[in-house]
Amino acid sequence: MDMRVSRDPVDRRPLLVNPPTDYNGVTEAVAAPIEWKTPMGWWIFFLVSAVFAAMYAGSTAYLIWEGTGIWGLNVPVAWGWAIVNFVFWVGIGHAGTLISAVLFLFRQKWRTSINRFSEAMTIFAVVCALSFPTIHVGRIWLLYWVFPVPNQMGAWPQFRSPLLWDVFAVSIYGTVSVLFWYTGLVPDLATMRDRVKSKVAKFAYGIFALGWTGSTRHWRHYETAYMLLAGLATPLVLSVHSVVSFDFAVSQLPGWHTTIFPPYFVAGAIFSGFGMVLTLMLVSRVIFKLEHIVTMHHLDNMAKVVLLTGMIVGYAYGMEFFIAWYGGNEYEMFAFINRAFGPYWWAYWSMVSCNVLIPQVLWFKTIRHNVAALFVLSIFVNIGMWFERYVIVITLSRDFLPSSWDMFYPTVWDWAALLGSFGLFFTLFSLFVRFLPMVAMAEVKSVMPESDPHHEPDETEAAKQPATATAGGAS
Amino acid sequence: MSSSNKVFAAIGEFSTVKEIWHACEKVRDSEFTKWDAHTPFPVHGLEHAMGMGRSRLPFFVFAMGITGAAGAFALQSWISTTAYPIIIAAKPYFSWQAFIPVTFEVMVLFSAGSAVLGMLFLNRLPRWWNPLLESETFKQVTNNKFIISIEASDPKFDPDETQEFLRSLGASKVELVEE
Repeated sequence: MDMRVSRDPVDRRPLLVNPPTDYNGVTEAVAAPIEWKTPMGWWIFFLVSAVFAAMYAGSTAYLIWEGTGIWGLNVPVAWGWAIVNFVFWVGIGHAGTLISAVLFLFRQKWRTSINRFSEAMTIFAVVCALSFPTIHVGRIWLLYWVFPVPNQMGAWPQFRSPLLWDVFAVSIYGTVSVLFWYTGLVPDLATMRDRVKSKVAKFAYGIFALGWTGSTRHWRHYETAYMLLAGLATPLVLSVHSVVSFDFAVSQLPGWHTTIFPPYFVAGAIFSGFGMVLTLMLVSRVIFKLEHIVTMHHLDNMAKVVLLTGMIVGYAYGMEFFIAWYGGNEYEMFAFINRAFGPYWWAYWSMVSCNVLIPQVLWFKTIRHNVAALFVLSIFVNIGMWFERYVIVITLSRDFLPSSWDMFYPTVWDWAALLGSFGLFFTLFSLFVRFLPMVAMAEVKSVMPESDPHHEPDETEAAKQPATATAGGAS
Repeated sequence: MSSSNKVFAAIGEFSTVKEIWHACEKVRDSEFTKWDAHTPFPVHGLEHAMGMGRSRLPFFVFAMGITGAAGAFALQSWISTTAYPIIIAAKPYFSWQAFIPVTFEVMVLFSAGSAVLGMLFLNRLPRWWNPLLESETFKQVTNNKFIISIEASDPKFDPDETQEFLRSLGASKVELVEE
């Protein structure tokens, strides 16, 4: 697979892009899954996901009819699984923006193989995330109260509440992610428009390709816009999970009212997002035969990010405990002792095991290069990060007054919403891999060695390329 | 595409980045003005070889970002002090620190939206139909070929001479595209 590693033209560092021979090879490899006759496996995956998504729709319909009482909510645990799921999904999204925007600004060219895929994951995760607070308000026909629209009551939203900041942060995050993703898609949609045979497909790709011709006069503005979007998405992604953490940190509750929350939540979000990218990528690259574009180097890099962010999260777990003791506040101390040794000890220790202990195996290169081991590990990360939010939200069951202590028991409707949201996510994902190019073709081509205007074809390539007669020039 | 149609442009096809780079430098130094280089991916610096400067987009985005931030801050201040003043947690009506997160998010929304819309506006996109896209040769430009197009509306355009000029630049395939 590593027969021809492309290297950075400046310092000869390997770029982690192993081009499949030439530009046309990239187009063919990426377009192939869209042009296959729909495989039976796709139908099975899609239909199973769609059944779960339908279950989510059905349970939501019943929730709107009956009210949030169908969930296992009680008064200390007023947020329940809806907010656990919300924070879980919005966190998943963060890896996509990190890969597409932050790595772009740092000129990490290896990102080009995986950015489209992870941006799609971001958008679908944000869709799932936004659905939970929406239905959690109960009377969703009054949801417009959160927006500053003039209304018959003469009432306006209360902008000192982090819950309102969250409305703006997450919905704008979703919007900007879609803009970023779509802007990146336009040149590849044009490629599909110029390839497909079916009239319907040509029309659809043609509409969304906006008449793109690859003009350099267009690329000039396009690249500027892309750079600006990356520059804007980078502080945005950091702000979004910080604002999500303010939902907890700005409250006055022990265990929540801590200043470590914003960086801890952002690191956790990146950790969980890379976990989910690995889960999806490890399967897709095999099914869609993209191993030469999404290489072992990519998996190795992603595993290292998981290891690093997992240790930041582990540091945060430890530091929370330390400050609870060092701060000397007895309620804070109780909250943490209750988390680790109270009735939800199993959730706490699942979280620590999955997020901090198990990822330590990634120190070993043999694990980072073992696809099966990485897949199992990524599932642990997904589970562990769900439990992290579970621990934060559900251990409120023991609050200030022992008379109101109770356990939180999920109902069948809680389960329907959790599993159903996975159904929604995978339904959207299966549609994406079937109809859109899942690797950013134009970007992969732009980092191939022959895309450099000063590239001199060396002896291995000279045979394939016609000799260039026009040497020299006024550059 | 009958031959009685009006000529829209002459196109010349190149196979490598290096070829189109040097060809662009020569077209730039010629007297043609209505021409373009089409590539499957952004070729870094090709806009300089074509004699173009930097995009003006950032100024537009900056102005819209400032507008979004100022608008969001003003709206929150007006709502909290004038339109619907309520006391929350004994904080002053004009507790501006609490308005920063939404101000920031709206700034990002306005900037990102104007970056995309401004890019489309400067590129005169979306466009329903482009004669170039009817050419089978041109369709390879979104895959692996590099094409220079010189439009017939250019005052220096002559169907035969322009095609000859493209050939002299090293184009492997030259053709006329009709409207």
